[in-house]
Amino acid sequence: MQKKIIKFSIILLIIFIIGVFFIGLNKNSIYDTKDLVGQKITNIQLKHFSEDIIITEKDFKKNDFTLINFWASWCGPCRDEHPLLLELKKEKKLKLLGVNFKDKKVNAIGFLNDLGNPYDDLAKDELGKLSVNFGIYGIPESILINKDLEILKKFIGPISKDDYKYIINIVRK
Amino acid sequence: MLSNLGNTLLSINILLGISIIYFSFENLNSNKTLISRKIYHICLFQSTFIIICFLTLIAAFVVSDFSITTVYQNSHSLKPLFYKISGTWGNHEGSLLLWAIILTIFSFFFLLYNENHSKNYRIYSLIIQNVLILGFLVFLLFNSNPFSMILPIPKEGLGLNPILQDPALAIHPPLLYIGFVGSSIYFSAAIASLLTNYTGKLFAQSIKKWVLISWSFQTLGILAGSIWAYYELGWGGFWFWDPVENASLLPWFAMSALLHSLMVLEKRNLLYFWVIILCLLTFILSVTGTFLVRSGILNSVHTFANDPSRGLYILIFLSLMIFGSVFLFFNKFKNSNYHLNLNSKESFILVNNWFMIFYLITVLLGTIYPIFTEVLSDHKVSVGPPFYNVVIIPIVIIFLFFMAIGPRTQWIKNNFYNINLLSKIFIASIFINFLIIFLFQGYSLISNFIVISAVFLIISSLIDLYKLLKKRKIDPPRIVSHLAFGFLILFIGLNHNFSLEEDFNLKIGEKQNFENYSVEFKDLRLKDYKNYKAVIGEFKINNSIKNLNQSLFPEIRIYQNPSTITYEASIRSGLLKDYYITMSNVDRSDYYNIKFQKKPFMMWIWISVIFISLGGFLSFFKNAKKNY
Amino acid sequence: MRVKIIFFFVILNLNMANAETNSIDINKILKNLRCLICQGQSVADSNSEFAQTIKLVVKDQIDDGKSEKQIYKFLIEKYGEWIVYKPPFNKVNFVLWLFPYLTFVIGGVIIFLFMKKRDNH
Repeated sequence: MQKKIIKFSIILLIIFIIGVFFIGLNKNSIYDTKDLVGQKITNIQLKHFSEDIIITEKDFKKNDFTLINFWASWCGPCRDEHPLLLELKKEKKLKLLGVNFKDKKVNAIGFLNDLGNPYDDLAKDELGKLSVNFGIYGIPESILINKDLEILKKFIGPISKDDYKYIINIVRK
Repeated sequence: MLSNLGNTLLSINILLGISIIYFSFENLNSNKTLISRKIYHICLFQSTFIIICFLTLIAAFVVSDFSITTVYQNSHSLKPLFYKISGTWGNHEGSLLLWAIILTIFSFFFLLYNENHSKNYRIYSLIIQNVLILGFLVFLLFNSNPFSMILPIPKEGLGLNPILQDPALAIHPPLLYIGFVGSSIYFSAAIASLLTNYTGKLFAQSIKKWVLISWSFQTLGILAGSIWAYYELGWGGFWFWDPVENASLLPWFAMSALLHSLMVLEKRNLLYFWVIILCLLTFILSVTGTFLVRSGILNSVHTFANDPSRGLYILIFLSLMIFGSVFLFFNKFKNSNYHLNLNSKESFILVNNWFMIFYLITVLLGTIYPIFTEVLSDHKVSVGPPFYNVVIIPIVIIFLFFMAIGPRTQWIKNNFYNINLLSKIFIASIFINFLIIFLFQGYSLISNFIVISAVFLIISSLIDLYKLLKKRKIDPPRIVSHLAFGFLILFIGLNHNFSLEEDFNLKIGEKQNFENYSVEFKDLRLKDYKNYKAVIGEFKINNSIKNLNQSLFPEIRIYQNPSTITYEASIRSGLLKDYYITMSNVDRSDYYNIKFQKKPFMMWIWISVIFISLGGFLSFFKNAKKNY
Repeated sequence: MRVKIIFFFVILNLNMANAETNSIDINKILKNLRCLICQGQSVADSNSEFAQTIKLVVKDQIDDGKSEKQIYKFLIEKYGEWIVYKPPFNKVNFVLWLFPYLTFVIGGVIIFLFMKKRDNH
């Protein structure tokens, strides 16, 4: 009897492992930081792009919704999402904060002059260190937060049309 | 034309495989005492054709026949000839063809070299092996066909990733496959043994040579991979516990356990069913490793390009293998009565197996754990070097002591332990450890234990070696491998503790000073080569205390086909240490990021592994001489 | 007498074993962090954009006096457990850490019982 239990549990274990492999084959997801959704951002200290002031959480609390967009003049996909950002600027309840990532001032200003400036406010992160507080690991990335500084959604890569519609839906409620 | 030839040969081999199985059953059911000549001939044809098939693919690569998809995707007309050839097996489809060759040739040779053994056992081995061969050939022909064509014929190939164009990586697959693909033959033999009740000493003698050969080559294959990682990947390390590396290590653990248990089976006719489990386990682990690596289910630094259908096929094949062998094993398992003394060589061999299974489970668990967390809880977790090092190293310390004492015990019942000698060796080991700390520098508590236990094994093996040279009855292969293993752990431990690593940014003309070393960025040159452009940095390394004055030339290489950038480390390998520099440019700046490393005893780590493998080869030749 | 000699040497060795482990080793931390945009490299070994940023951040945090645990906690909070190579010991991961030793103990017990049973014949 004892032997039967051992045999049965071994077979069960093997079925379990192979089953997980089968499911794992179809599942393989690419890494992203979507875990951050639901967290509150705290302790924000961003340097303003042109003026000598620090942007903190208090500035965000004034807005109904804020979209923090990390970009740079040397980033190709940033150009792709730029038109959508300009569209988003029209939303009254949404404020756009741009964070210029590891960039030279001259190039950044040139980029905005060429393609338009969708940002209500602009910050800079020359060494990229401050962006780590937002869980950024590449650009472009964007974070949508509400009045309570809760992260509603994280967008990895350029904002797509679907992303745009999603933001519009949330913001217009 | 080459494509048609290749496909034809593959199809012929499938037919040959089927006919071998058919004629084998026919032979079984007849009352003949010998295996018919027909079967031998078909096996010969099978081997011949698969080799020609492989040569066909090589030819396609050499002449750059881009009508064949595999050649188009992995080669380029400007590639050096050596790498055109080795590129044949440096991709998924080509390497599967290499699998097929090893499976086929081992099948044939096993048939040839087992003439003194039971006919039914040999026939069944042949049948099972051919089932495996067919499984792979069908996979090859219908899913991962190396001869599939691409139209219209491209003018030029996509090229082979330049980091794969390295001599160590060229021989890495063939060595490794003789290892873990070769283990297929004792998988088949184990099943045949269960089916025909061909057990005990005779079975052990039948598979011993094959286990030795596959183990020795597996060891060399793992070495080649590590050498490639050290010289090519540019991080200064040689083992990362990456899933692909682990996939080659898992069968090695099982093979090592099997190697030792075979001794017990052969000498005392004990542990038969455990040996069977190990035979089945080794090849199952080999196929599991292949599944993990090629299916894309795991993230790794050296995965092949991924395709989910491959994973599905391999998993189905693996499941059939596992369920088939498990059910058969449960069916045939019998409890037997015999005598085993706690105080004997047999128990020490069981201890070896116990530790090997521990290593195996740790590495297997660490490798597949991320799959489980992702499937069961949608949570991504990494399992890397810190995990494996923390879990395994303490156990290795104890293991080394057992490795020293075990071979000294006698079979059946050990009369006495030379406690006197053992404690003298122990004191000597502690003293040598103290000497190392005193002469150089101290290290962590656990490193002390590693050094002491490694030195214990070394001294113990040296004493055995001395006795051997005085012509008493002790076996050289074991001494060579155990001694080399002791040295390997010692050198890895010392290398880890005495390595120096400095990471800093420099502009041309600047100098960085640290710990008596100074690294000066003297010059930067651009050079054009046949298939790449190189940015070569000149660095002068100075050490005032050691009177050192060396120049190193790390490179940044820009390739066109495919368009990649690689960072070539500049390594000065010496008898006592290696100096290692890599250079990369800091984006949008004049600075270059420099990584300087001093790595002691690297040469000796490679040499130790070669000697571990040598022990296996010595045992193989000793064994071969006995039978003929 | 022999025991005393061994004891003496062990103490000598342990005294020589440097207490280097008190100060934070930045290399150890960087080797434990995964470069998220690379295909299987640690931050210490990688020269990518991301790795360079993380190196600066970790250096800053060490200068601020943060402990190794605090640094990992911060990064895990922002990037998930995937970023550390040493899986943290929690409710989920304890299986990973304990199972190998569990099998080691069970293996030892099995062998011991196996031998005992045989020995009694």
